[in-house]
This record gives sequence, structure tokens and C-alpha cells, in this order.
Amino acid sequence: MTWVLVGILAAGTLALKIVGPLVAGGVQPPPALVRVIELLTPALLTALVVTSTFASGRDLVLDARAAGVVIGLALLLLRVPLVLALIASAAVVAGIRLLG
Amino acid sequence: MSDAKADALRKSAVLALPTAALGVTFGLLAAPLMGGPAALAMSALVWSGAAQFGAVSVLSAGGGVPLAAGTGLLANARYLPMGFALAPSLHGSPLRRALTGALVVDASFALAHRGEGRFDPQTVVWSAPLQYVGWLVGTAAGVAGASVLADPGQLGFDVLFPVFYLGLLIPELRGSARALVVAGMSAVVALALVPVAPEGVPVLAAAATALLGLKEPS
Repeated sequence: MTWVLVGILAAGTLALKIVGPLVAGGVQPPPALVRVIELLTPALLTALVVTSTFASGRDLVLDARAAGVVIGLALLLLRVPLVLALIASAAVVAGIRLLG
Repeated sequence: MSDAKADALRKSAVLALPTAALGVTFGLLAAPLMGGPAALAMSALVWSGAAQFGAVSVLSAGGGVPLAAGTGLLANARYLPMGFALAPSLHGSPLRRALTGALVVDASFALAHRGEGRFDPQTVVWSAPLQYVGWLVGTAAGVAGASVLADPGQLGFDVLFPVFYLGLLIPELRGSARALVVAGMSAVVALALVPVAPEGVPVLAAAATALLGLKEPS
């Protein structure tokens, strides 16, 4: 039965990803839709940031990740390169967990 | 090697390690429930943490295959609007467009955004390999019972995802009041839905705040 699950998820995910490119590939959308597409990236990224920071399954939690993200945010706003911000935030989180 | 290729490989490289760590967690969790080969095949063919963790959490709670499949696909429903957003930037034969679309994941989508609704297909394609290999190698290690990385959280790997996404988000927000408003709305919607909605729904609903773009800018 689990192989059925693998098949459904694989086929379904592929379908979700390729319907747009197949149906609307290369077609210039109207200006209103261009504005929506442009805003989709910040909307999606923000949702991923807050859920991967504060969600633990269905619970909202404030843990070491939040401290790491605050450090990462501060460094990024100071225009520190992304790789350094990543290392610093991971170090902060690992440090808090080690002490906690 | 073109600049776009090298740039995409380099930028996606920083996610290979945390992706592998997440893959280890998935392998450890999934192998006892569905068997090692199926867990590995799932990572190879589905290649989506959100969907795979969603489906496996249903199985581990005693749910059946239909519910697990529904949960997994709901977690990936955001790929539908993302595919349509990407479509205008994809040219060439239908097969070529479909292959490029199939390689999209959250990070490559954001890395490929060039503003004004345009995306660079090369970046989508070349952001894929290192993340894919990381996910697969991680899963294999987890299935094999790797204990060194049994708790990747302990090492702080899990914080790499939000900080990486932040690094891509900040340039999108600089100089765009509208993007800032949408980001604020998206954060509120996502957090409000986490406790009450199934996996994937908070991010999907939050992405819908982009519909603010339908309004003419004042």
C-alpha cells in the first residue's frame, strides 16, 4: 500500500508543478496578473520564514530558532553575506540548545 | 559554464547540508513505517519535504493511504500557483517547459525571481541538483539508521531554512511598499492558520495575499 502512496504523491506533485508551464508557457499575462506574480515571491517567502521559525507541527512555539532568526535578520539587514548570516544563526541556535 | 549556472549552483549549495539533515530525519521517521526502499523511492520521486513529512505524519498517527496522500498533496498545492507564475518566463517545447517546471522547489523559485514577474529558467534548473542529491543522500543515511545526525536540530541546522528564505526575502522588500504590505499580511495569515489548518494550508493561504496585486497601484 505504501507504494501506492509513493505513486500518488509523485504523480500528484509532478502534475501540480507542470500544469502551469504546460498551459500558460511563454504567454505574456495581463498587467494585473504580472503584479500578482511579482508579489507571490515575497508572500511565499514570508510564509516560509514564519512557519519554519515558529511552527512545530500544529503548535506555535518560541524556541531557539527564533533567536537564531533574529540574529540572521540583523546581520542580513547590515548587508552581511548570506553564508555568514547562516553560520552565525546556526551557531547561536546550537549554543542555546547546548546550554538549555 | 555560464554565469547563471555557476551562480545558481553556488547559491543553492548552502542549502545542500541542511536539506541532507532534514532528509536524515525523514529517513529515520519513514523507514520503520513504510520500509527503507519505499522511503528512498519517495524522496527520489516526490522530492518534497513538506509533502513527505505530511504524509508520513498521517501514517504514524494510524491514518490510511488516502488521507496520507491527500495531506501530502495539500502540502504541495502551492506549486500550482507557482507553476503558473513561472509559466510566462518558460519558452520552448512543452516537454522542455514541463521539465523545467518539475524542477521547481521553494528555494529555486525565489532564487530565479528577477522582478516584474520574470523568472530565469536556467536558475531554476541549476538550483536543483545539489538540493536533490542532498535530500537523497540524507534520506539514504536516515534509512540506514544514521545516528550521528539523528537529531539535526541539536546542531542548529533547522534555523538555516528561515534565515536562507529571509536572505532572499529582504531584497524583494527593499523599495517596494506593496511587497512589504503583502509580507505583513502573509505572516499574519500563515501564523493564524498553523494551529487550525492541515500542513501546507497556512503557506498556501498566505501566498494568496499576493492577490493584492490585482488592485491598481495608487
